[in-house]
Amino acid sequence: MKTTMTIPSPGRKALAFPYILWMIGFTIIPLALIFVFGLTDRNGAFTLANVAAIARPDHAKALSRALLLSLVSTVICLLLAFPLCMILRGRRLGTGSFVVFIFILPMWMNFLLRTFAWQTLLEKKGVINGILGAMHLGSIRIINTPEAMIFGMVYNFLPFMVLPIYNTLCKIDDSLIDAAHDLGADFFQTLLRVFVPLCVPGIVSGITMVFVPALTTFVISDILGGGKILLIGNVIEGEFTRSSNWNLGAGLSLVLMVFILISMAALSFFDKNGEGTAF
Amino acid sequence: MTAAPLIDLRHISKSFDGDLILDDLNLSVPENSFVTLLGPSGCGKTTTLRIIGGFEKPDRGQVIFDGQDITELPPNKRQLNTVFQKYALFPHMSITENIAFGLRIKGRSRAYIEDKIRYALKLVGLTGYENRSVNSLSGGQQQRIAIARAIVNEPRLLLLDEPLGALDLKLRQDMQYELIRMKKELGITFIYVTHDQQEALTMSDTIVVMNQGYIQQMGTPEQIYNEPENAFVADFIGDSNIIGATMVHDALVEISGVQFPCVDKGFGVNRPVDVVIRPEDVELVAPADGRLKGRVTHIIFQGVHYEMEVTAPDGFEWLVHSTKCFDLGQEVGITVDPFNIQIMNKPASEDEEAIAAE
Repeated sequence: MKTTMTIPSPGRKALAFPYILWMIGFTIIPLALIFVFGLTDRNGAFTLANVAAIARPDHAKALSRALLLSLVSTVICLLLAFPLCMILRGRRLGTGSFVVFIFILPMWMNFLLRTFAWQTLLEKKGVINGILGAMHLGSIRIINTPEAMIFGMVYNFLPFMVLPIYNTLCKIDDSLIDAAHDLGADFFQTLLRVFVPLCVPGIVSGITMVFVPALTTFVISDILGGGKILLIGNVIEGEFTRSSNWNLGAGLSLVLMVFILISMAALSFFDKNGEGTAF
Repeated sequence: MTAAPLIDLRHISKSFDGDLILDDLNLSVPENSFVTLLGPSGCGKTTTLRIIGGFEKPDRGQVIFDGQDITELPPNKRQLNTVFQKYALFPHMSITENIAFGLRIKGRSRAYIEDKIRYALKLVGLTGYENRSVNSLSGGQQQRIAIARAIVNEPRLLLLDEPLGALDLKLRQDMQYELIRMKKELGITFIYVTHDQQEALTMSDTIVVMNQGYIQQMGTPEQIYNEPENAFVADFIGDSNIIGATMVHDALVEISGVQFPCVDKGFGVNRPVDVVIRPEDVELVAPADGRLKGRVTHIIFQGVHYEMEVTAPDGFEWLVHSTKCFDLGQEVGITVDPFNIQIMNKPASEDEEAIAAE
C-alpha cells in the first residue's frame, strides 16, 4: 500500500498501460472478432444463422450432453471436495500444508499428459484391465464412454473445487463452531446451519471453476471419449479446424458464452467480497 | 457453602502438547453464585471454563454438574451456555436468527421463540434491533446479543469468557453493572473469566485467583484484596508492597530491622515471612513520628491521590498512595496500622516462587 502511495499519480496511471494494452490485444480484440465472425456469414453480411444453428439436432445434442456431463462432474466434484475439505479443516493443517500441496500437485502437470495417462489406464488392453485380467476378474469397458469423460473431468478439475472450499472453510472462526455446539447443535445441525451457509462463496466459486472448463472442454472428450461422443466443445473445435467454418464456430461459441456468463453472474452474486477466490 | 454445588471439578488435569495447563484442580461452584476465575493469560482460567463447557476434555478428573458426571458429555448436551470472548455471533444470520438458534435446534414453537426473543432483547436493552445484521452493531451491542443468545436457552449455568475484554473502558464499566443486574434478574449461576482484577472485584461473589494451573486463592473480593494468601495474589490484585520480613512472635513482625505490631498469629517464632502492605495503608508522617524513616524519591499525581515511592535506609522502595503531597527528596516517617499488615507464609514451592518473581 505504502509504495503505491508514494508514486505520483501520473506515474501510477502509466504503470497500468501495459496491462491495458494486454487486455485490448488479448481479450477485447479476440472477443470482438468472435462477435464479428459469429454474427456474419462467409460473405461478411450480418446474420443470426450461426447462433441459431445451435438448434440443429446434432448441435443441440452436443450442447445438452456437454451440459449434462459437466453438471454431473461438478456435482461429483462437490460431493468429493466438501467432505474432504471438512476433514482437512479438522486436521488444522492451514493453507500452506503438505497435504493441501499434494492435492494441488497434479495441477502442475501438463493437462494433456494427465488425460493421456488416464487413457492408458482405462484402455481396453490398458493397465486396469490388465490387472483385472491377471486376477481373472474379467475386464471392464470404460474407455470411450460418457462415464470415462466424467471421470476425466472430475480428475482434472477436482483441485479447482477443493481449493476455494478449503479456503472458505478455514476462514470460519472456531468460536462459531463452539457457539453452535454450545447452543445445542450436533455435528449435522452445525454442518447445515453454520458450515454450509458460511461456505457458500467457496462452493459457488468451486462450482464455477469446475463447471465452466468442463462445459467447454474438447480435449477430455477427444481422448477419453474416443472422438465419437461429441460435446459442444468438440463441435466448435471441429468448425474451426476441420470444417474451417469460423463463422459457425464463433456463433456457437457465443451461445456457450451465455452459459459461462450466467455462472459468472451467479458467482459474483453469492461471493460479493471475493471470499471464495482461491488463487 | 452447605448447598450441593452446581459445578464440582474434581482433580482436573489438562495438558496441551506436553505443557501442563491445569494440575489437579478442584473447584466447587454453588448454585446461583457469581464466581470469577481471575489470573494472567496462560494461567488456565479459560481452559477451566472450556472444560466446564465441554469444549475440552480433561486428561484426568471429573466434571460434576448438579450431582451428575458430565465429563464425557458433549457441549450440545450440557445444560449450560457460553458467552464467548469474541462474541461468536453467526455473521450469516440476523439478530433474531442468532438469538433463535438454540431454540430452533430444540424445536420450540414459533410463538415461544418470538416471546423469548422479545424478552431477551428487552433484558439486554436492545429492543427494536430484531432484523439488524450482526455487522451493523457495535462491539458492546454484539456482546449483548451474544448474552441474549445464550440466556434464551434458560441455562442453569452461564459461562462468560472475558466477555468485556474487547470493549473500551467506559462501556466495560457500564456492562459490569448490566451483568450484575441480569444475573439478579435471571437468578442463574455465572462463571466469569477475566484477567481484569477490577472487574473481578466489582462483580463477583467469589473470586478464584489462578496462576500456572493452580488455584492460588479463593474467597470473597474483600478476602482476596485484604487478606491475600501469597505474594502472587497480593501482587496481582491491586498494587502492594511485598516485603521479606521476620515474624518475631505472634502479633509482632520485624520489617527492615524495625519491629511493627500486627494482628496475625500462628506463624511461629522468628520465622521468615512475606508481609503485604497496600500502598493506601502506608501512612507518611513527620520523620520523628514514624517507625521507619525514608526519603521521597518519586512522586506522580494520579487524580484521586499522589503515588509516591519512599526509599527506606535499607533500600526498599515503599509504594505509597496518599492524598497529602510531599516534596521530592523530603525525609518522611513511615507507619502502618497493625490491622493493615498482612502476613503470608514464604512461597512453599518453586512454582509459587516463579510466580512472585514475575
